[in-house]
Amino acid sequence: MTDMTIRPDRAPLTVDVLAGPVSRLRKETAIRWFFFSAALVSIGISILIIWSLVNEAWTFISQVDWSVTWGETGWFPRRGLYDMPTLLVASLIVTIVAMFVAGPLGLGSAIYLSEYASRRTRSILKPVLEVLAGVPSVVLGFFALFFISPQLIERIGRNGWLVIGALIVLTYVALVAGWARNLMKREAGTPVSVQVQRILMLTLLVAGALVLVWWVNGVAETADTFAVKRSGQLAAAAVGVGILTIPLVASIAEDALASVPRELREASAGLGARKATTTTQVVLPAAVSGIVAAFIIGISRALGETMVVFMAGGAADASQFTSSPFDGGLTMTAGMASLATGTDSVVGEGLTFQSLYFVGMVLFLLTLFLNVVAGRFVNRVREKY
Amino acid sequence: MVNVTPSVQDALKGIRVDEDATTATDEIAITVPTAAASSTPQDEPSGDDLVFDVSELSVFYGDFRAVRDVNMKIRRNEITAMIGPSGCGKSTVLRSFNRMNDLIPTARVAGNLLYRGVDLYDERVDPVEVRRRIGMVFQKPNPFPKSIYDNVAYGPRVAGRKKGLDEVVESSLRKAALWDEVKDRLQDSAIGLSGGQQQRLSIARAIAVDPEVLLMDEPCSALDPIATARIEELMAEIKAEYTILIVTHNMQQAARVSDRTAFFSVELDEANDRRTGLLVEYTDTAKLFSNPDDERTENYITGRFG
Ligand SMILES: Nc1ncnc2c1ncn2[C@@H]1O[C@H](COP(=O)(O)OP(=O)(O)OP(=O)(O)O)[C@@H](O)[C@H]1O
Ligand SMILES: [Mg+2]
Repeated sequence: MTDMTIRPDRAPLTVDVLAGPVSRLRKETAIRWFFFSAALVSIGISILIIWSLVNEAWTFISQVDWSVTWGETGWFPRRGLYDMPTLLVASLIVTIVAMFVAGPLGLGSAIYLSEYASRRTRSILKPVLEVLAGVPSVVLGFFALFFISPQLIERIGRNGWLVIGALIVLTYVALVAGWARNLMKREAGTPVSVQVQRILMLTLLVAGALVLVWWVNGVAETADTFAVKRSGQLAAAAVGVGILTIPLVASIAEDALASVPRELREASAGLGARKATTTTQVVLPAAVSGIVAAFIIGISRALGETMVVFMAGGAADASQFTSSPFDGGLTMTAGMASLATGTDSVVGEGLTFQSLYFVGMVLFLLTLFLNVVAGRFVNRVREKY
Repeated sequence: MVNVTPSVQDALKGIRVDEDATTATDEIAITVPTAAASSTPQDEPSGDDLVFDVSELSVFYGDFRAVRDVNMKIRRNEITAMIGPSGCGKSTVLRSFNRMNDLIPTARVAGNLLYRGVDLYDERVDPVEVRRRIGMVFQKPNPFPKSIYDNVAYGPRVAGRKKGLDEVVESSLRKAALWDEVKDRLQDSAIGLSGGQQQRLSIARAIAVDPEVLLMDEPCSALDPIATARIEELMAEIKAEYTILIVTHNMQQAARVSDRTAFFSVELDEANDRRTGLLVEYTDTAKLFSNPDDERTENYITGRFG
């Protein structure tokens, strides 16, 4: 009876049958180990790099006379003057000026690409932006050294900028005066905040424009020197770094904008909002953490950029302390690069070699911090949608 | 509506102030269909009563004709339901009523769509102006990442309104049956609301603009029966002030709330071997559900649709 009920193709089931063929298990294990070791080697190399960095930096930290690392005396590592503010301030100047270029242009491009460009325009423009990302920094360093500082400015001339500056100030005063009068006339209860916001934004804009004019003017003043010496300048290098950073900021910001659901834009349009309103009131606020992340990653990129500042920054392997963008200066990265070039280069006073690692470690920690913070912001965008 | 105070009513009317100018110009245009009305049967709406006059409307996505043969005359203060199988173009047609399809680069509309006598697709017409008069509630709740208050106040604000926002927000939330649940946390983020609350917020947001017409695309598909009942109640209440078009997959809902129903279907288009939607029957809801003229309608409402 029982034989009749069990179908002939069903042999009794054992664990061995369900265990599957041994060879397949072996193969899977081997593949797994292969990829694991690939990951292990990469991680191992990173750890080694960090260890050697920390090791040499520690020698510097424990042996250096700390009084020579802080005093605006200038960075002269071969003579034992390891003045950190010289490098830090130069790096800060380059990063800030670079972000003044890359921030607005990067975000602007991102908004145009994601909100305004037709599919065809985007398919043409995006590759162009990617090409910009692929420009070797040596090329941009060269460009910054020979074109951004001397020639451009020479052509524009100096007095023209003073007139433009005066016009900007006059327009500003007229606009603010008009709005202020409006504010006075309106009865209580009107949203003053909107007016104040407008004035604040205009003030910021005008301040930015004036800084630009002042800078161009400053460059123009020293343009003669450039014509002779062809030496660089922090601001010129920074503009080059900024140009290099635009595509990075643009692409991260565009990802953030693209992750805002289409439905939100439709809802806004359905309520009678224009495109510009939808973009500024709905899309940008929804993508704000991604945009902040784009800026932070841009900062981290500008901070780490070496070749452009090395070539166009206007200092060899040593530099006086300077807080002016129009002087030549040495950033952390350029300071390291210039020490480490050539064969017999890293010689001098006892700790010259180690100072390079110390600067490297400071740079590493700064960049790491920025990337971690940026990662946090990116995750916040992802969680929301 | 029952517990809306007179002051709130006044506040709501305030939004309409800027519309008076355009109403005057519209009046001239409206005379055209009135003249034509003499040759149409008795129950055909005309003049002021006629909100939408749609004839031979087709909507394309690129080369693909998604829906064809739409002929509808939609009356003021009526609720029109649009039913039909998935993919027959209900949303597509609905979105062409307030030019929402303009946001889709490939979408194109052919045929005539008159709103109170004005061709909505006239090249001088600004879609933004259209959408301020013809509001929309979407299938998926989509609150902005702002506070509940700012969500509701968004429409009035973009229309340039600055005063009396508090009253508009309150009355809109009351109408959408959400006020009691959120009145103590108006400044909280709208993202934190439940799905059903978010959908009622979307409705409040649309009402806050005080549109003349409300387009609703499956507004209850994410709601539980109680919230659904509330929305249906709401529709009946605001019917006196608005003209409503609602897409729904729920035939009981269509039968319950609507005055007229449009049944759409899909048919294979031999020309390009794709399925094109079409309007099969558009008539009184009671008639459509009890004694439809078209066999396809009958098959669908009795569940015999293939
Ligand atoms: N953006 C678009 N681009 C191309 N084709 C589209 C687009 N939106 C809709 N369609 C097509 O148009 C047709 C009608 O779609 P529509 O969304 O209007 O149908 P529906 O009746 O609303 O369906 P459902 O009941 O599922 O919501 C479908 O064949 C769909 O694939
Ligand atoms: Mg639909």
